Amino acid sequence: MSSTKFILGLFDDPDEMMHGIDKLQKNSIPIYDVYTPMPIHGIEAKLGIKDSRLGYAAFMFGCVGGTTILSLVYYFLVHDWPMNIGGKPHFAVPDFIPVTFEWSVLFAAFGMTFTFFYATHLFPGRAPRVMDLRATNDRFVIAIDAKGNIPHEDITNLLKEAGAVEIKHNDRKYVSYE
Amino acid sequence: MASHKESIIREPLVTGKDITYAKVTDDVLFAVENKPNKAWWIGFTVASLGACLWVFAVSWTFWYGIGSWGLNKTVGWAWDITGFVWWVGIGHAGTLISAVLLLFRQKWRNSINRSAEAMTIFAVICAATYVVSHMGRPWMALYCLPLPNQYGSLWVNFNSPLIWDVFAISTYFSVSLVFWYTGLLPDIATIRDRGTGWYRRIYSILSFGWTGSVKTWQRFETVSLILAGISTPLVLSVHTIVSMDFATSLEPGWHTTIFPPYFVAGAIFSGFAMVQTLLLVTRKVLGLENYITMFHIESMNKIILVTGSVVGVAYITEFFIAYYSGGEYEQYTFLNRFIGPYWWAACMMYGCNVLMTQVMWFKKVRTNIAMSWVLSIIVNIGMWFERFVIIVTSLHRDYIPSSWAMFYPTWIDVSVFIGSIGVFFTLFLLFIRVLPSIAMAEVKLLLKEQSEQEKRKQIEAGHLDVAQVAFYKKNLEKFDSVDVSEYENA
Repeated sequence: MSSTKFILGLFDDPDEMMHGIDKLQKNSIPIYDVYTPMPIHGIEAKLGIKDSRLGYAAFMFGCVGGTTILSLVYYFLVHDWPMNIGGKPHFAVPDFIPVTFEWSVLFAAFGMTFTFFYATHLFPGRAPRVMDLRATNDRFVIAIDAKGNIPHEDITNLLKEAGAVEIKHNDRKYVSYE
Repeated sequence: MASHKESIIREPLVTGKDITYAKVTDDVLFAVENKPNKAWWIGFTVASLGACLWVFAVSWTFWYGIGSWGLNKTVGWAWDITGFVWWVGIGHAGTLISAVLLLFRQKWRNSINRSAEAMTIFAVICAATYVVSHMGRPWMALYCLPLPNQYGSLWVNFNSPLIWDVFAISTYFSVSLVFWYTGLLPDIATIRDRGTGWYRRIYSILSFGWTGSVKTWQRFETVSLILAGISTPLVLSVHTIVSMDFATSLEPGWHTTIFPPYFVAGAIFSGFAMVQTLLLVTRKVLGLENYITMFHIESMNKIILVTGSVVGVAYITEFFIAYYSGGEYEQYTFLNRFIGPYWWAACMMYGCNVLMTQVMWFKKVRTNIAMSWVLSIIVNIGMWFERFVIIVTSLHRDYIPSSWAMFYPTWIDVSVFIGSIGVFFTLFLLFIRVLPSIAMAEVKLLLKEQSEQEKRKQIEAGHLDVAQVAFYKKNLEKFDSVDVSEYENA
């Protein structure tokens, strides 16, 4: 049995890579993941990846931020230490809108971004799980799990036909570990 | 994605022949992966001397107190707040380019957004230094925050625009930083995967382990879009609140309802001028003419022209309302701008901001690099004087003529200001050395549709309307990075 863990099809053109995805899927070869140097629209649909729900997270975080600061200001200036400013109401809503808005934005931005980092396992110092070092430069890489997907030559030929400029049979999943 | 073709009548966003994805990486990372050239060292030396001057002047302020500035009891706010508003305004263009232009799907933002966002962050840092240094006792800065304390607790006053400003500026800075850094992750990963040794290790930590998988990119795009969506009202709110620092007072010359839109327009105006100042030099020094093209320069000049004219209308409105209000103090303040002792500052303000920018109606001016650069400097000067006029000229003659005074800056005032410019350029020059000054991933998106080479292929393939091709070729003439003679036979 071969020691190949992953078969990588390297394309130098996004359209040809999309073509390669179609071809593999037509032959019922499951795709592990695709690595590209830039966002390519349409891959998600082909690979059946659901829409991101980060927008809902952002909305909820925004609501939390706005509610937090408005409650705090209410406590500070209405409940704990009301000040008489020319007899005007202590709960001066128009005055509290700017800070409420700022904290809604602040919480939405940070909450959403950190959710993104958490869900995608991005954090400073994380060992990059890269299958091919040129995937962040100029190669569009389709990765296929070699286990169970045999014969490997057929996959190689399919990728070649689709226009892959290079096909790699990697013994290691990630090449980026030192 | 890239299967359809863009109309030939649109100008290319990337010029040059044989631009491949790899070439984009090589060109952009040249400055990062190689030793800096002489121009960079000269700039860096001058800028860091300026930064040292800033450290010295601010330390002096902290040691001897605000008394070392030229303030007096009539003019209690002068160069510090002028510098603060100037820097915050400059910062606004970065968010405008990265957020508003993203929402409007303006693809020319792709090659200028990175450096403009960096500029935003450095400008807001400069602005924040003024806030801290003008407190005199900066260790008291914590009292701006609603923290429990031994006085009751005595909370900060949320009815005050100055407290809104604390929240606005700090939110603006941190959200801009998040936006900028998230956008940098894929590009830092590119540097990481090309490097070796300790260099690779540093960029590996900075890249957060970015891989560029499908799900990562999908989430990345969602995050970018939503950050753009919330940054747009944020950037408007920030300068609105800055203007309310003045507008909610009872000072003639400050107490006007036009201030928020007027300040926001002025901020975009001065910010784009600063982007222009920086990028015209950067593209030359780093050899990025193919990515930051004449189309970008002209587009930014058009925005400068529009916002400059908006500011002009705001100036006229201010004068009209002063006349129409019938308030004699209000009328005197505006008359005093021209007949008072600070007439020269008003001339600088109106001359630089309104009169000089009107020459940008001429295409020859808009597409001339030297003139664009000079005009961008003029706008920066004019916008500094705008804030000076609003602040000092309004204050120096108040209701009681016996307390009328002039403001004379001390050498500390001047050093803090010049020093802050040094800080700004030091940070910017370090940035273009260690991080990609152009968002590579985003520029790569343009290659298959909006590049000159693709459009050329379209022309060579034929089947295009002759008039449209002629129009396209005529548009190419202004590009300094395109040799039009090659198109004669095409």
